[in-house]
Amino acid sequence: MSVEFSEKALEQLRELLGHYPDRQAAVIPALHLAQEEFGYITQEVEDYVAKLLEIPATDVHQVFTFYTMFRDRPVGKYHIKVCESVACHIMGSTNVLDYLRKKLGIDVGQTTPDGRFTLTTVECLGACEMAPMMQVNDDFYGPLDEKKLDEILESLE
Amino acid sequence: MPQVKVLTEFFDVPDSHKIDVWEKHGGYQAIRKVLKSMTPDEVIEEVKRSKLRGLGGAGFPTGVKWGFVPKDSEKPKYLVVNADEGEPGTFKDRHVIMNIPHSLLEGMMIASYAIGAHVAYIYIRGEYVHPARRLEEAIAEAKAKGYLGKGIFGTDYDLEVYIHRGAGAYICGEETALLNSLEGKKGWPRLKPPFPATVGAFQSPTVVNNVETLSYVPHIIARGADWFASLSEGTERCGGTRIFSVSGHVKRPGVYEAPLHTTLREIVYDFAGGIRGDKKLKAVIPGGSSCPVLKADEIDVRMCFDDLAKAGTMAGSGGVIVMDEDTCMFDTLRNIIHFYAHESCGQCTPCRQGTGWLVRIFDRIAEGRGMPGDVDNILEIAQNIMGRTICPLGDAAAMPVISFVTKFREEFEYHVREGRCDLEDRKQRVAMAS
Ligand SMILES: Cc1cc2nc3c(=O)[nH]c(=O)nc-3n(C[C@H](O)[C@H](O)[C@H](O)COP(=O)(O)O)c2cc1C
Repeated sequence: MSVEFSEKALEQLRELLGHYPDRQAAVIPALHLAQEEFGYITQEVEDYVAKLLEIPATDVHQVFTFYTMFRDRPVGKYHIKVCESVACHIMGSTNVLDYLRKKLGIDVGQTTPDGRFTLTTVECLGACEMAPMMQVNDDFYGPLDEKKLDEILESLE
Repeated sequence: MPQVKVLTEFFDVPDSHKIDVWEKHGGYQAIRKVLKSMTPDEVIEEVKRSKLRGLGGAGFPTGVKWGFVPKDSEKPKYLVVNADEGEPGTFKDRHVIMNIPHSLLEGMMIASYAIGAHVAYIYIRGEYVHPARRLEEAIAEAKAKGYLGKGIFGTDYDLEVYIHRGAGAYICGEETALLNSLEGKKGWPRLKPPFPATVGAFQSPTVVNNVETLSYVPHIIARGADWFASLSEGTERCGGTRIFSVSGHVKRPGVYEAPLHTTLREIVYDFAGGIRGDKKLKAVIPGGSSCPVLKADEIDVRMCFDDLAKAGTMAGSGGVIVMDEDTCMFDTLRNIIHFYAHESCGQCTPCRQGTGWLVRIFDRIAEGRGMPGDVDNILEIAQNIMGRTICPLGDAAAMPVISFVTKFREEFEYHVREGRCDLEDRKQRVAMAS
């Protein structure tokens, strides 16, 4: 992986830096950009972001490890995040998770061998009216049952 | 009891998120009025008189908070919008942003003017990808019309609004953790004092307000503080309406706006249609998962901050989570405590360790290995977290524990003693009898 932002990402970062009175404030946006560019964040990416922002690499590392949306490994084309918090839980999120495990043949934290689906769990996504619900890439889906899950997965094939 | 709609009235208007539609419905008149004819102090007074309270969780009077910002500070001042919406059971801010982003932007303009800020940030949780885009579009629309940027509305007042996306951490909804996160640090809460109003973002005076709180402000200015305050009848220290997020075992989960004298029963049965399958109600959490639970016979309480406090719980973020008679309280609380253990930022020992201990005890009981004294132990751990941490996340974890266990103690004892759920046993008994 060549660790260098595209021209477009560099342009976005320059714009972002103008939003804050200091450069460190741009760490989270810069890591978001990096994750979009490279898919996930390696040590090299952290060092690169630190260099771009002219801050110590440890300051980037602290942020990278604190926030759950940043990942250190690739995910499948579709990243399924099943909400497990209380409103989804009492509406049957355990069944949703069990069904997806069985159907995709993977456990939580794994990616299907064809690289299409990664299955993870998340805490409350702020969409409890759709409980039980999940996020696939940028989109929210719910309320879920087996039929609905079949339809959604099919639409993603 | 009818719903009274101030914000949600616009949710049904087609394309209500677009600036032209918003303006056709009177949008951006309040900020014009403010810039033309009101001093910052007059704006603050008006918001104080409206009895608008913070709708993010703590319920602090909004105008009073704005008044704390020092006028003589040399430093820049900031407005920061809390769009982190992480409290389980809460989803109203997402609806506000998707449906009426310009109500928020206009509220931000008025608040910024009142406190003397020229830069405002919207801190939005990272998972809200579409809402963040919607805000970006709304900001672009407002900029194109000269409503944001240099000299807004043809005056000499400048205001920039920037979106700052979070990256997955419930704690960043707590205002000082949010400020650290905005500054590019991990989201560890700060000791207060100093309060953000004096030392907030980038060491400067800062007001942090919730999305919904700010979205009411244009309507208060346009229609008057007295009108807003009078929407809630007989609630001395709070006015207006708020948007309740209703989830769980109801027929119609969703967002419902209502005055604060509305009772919890009306929300559950009139607005949300009552319990699915016409089952019996067992319990309701009235204000997001950190608020003490209420039993079915405790829901004739008005949803204003003071009445809920008197009832031993909190108004919180307005997230009403409804549980029917088949809900296992042990299993539900176990889920809640897993959440707080996962989200504890690790800074304070009582919260970090206490939530970890609770998880281990709950998991052990769930595996059928409960021990005599577990229930008292759970209560003691929770009581030892209360009030001993920098931020209220520790309390947020302890309060549901104490209330669930105290109010449904029998169920917890049963799990400890029998190693299984009394609900399952009860269902089996019914099945055998029939
Ligand atoms: C653990 C914790 C999480 C919080 N999460 C949120 C949140 O997601 N959104 C929010 O607006 N306020 C949240 N708050 C409350 C904020 O600290 C703060 O009171 C609020 O943003 C102030 O705005 P308001 O006065 O308009 O309500 C949280 C508080 C705590 C202790």
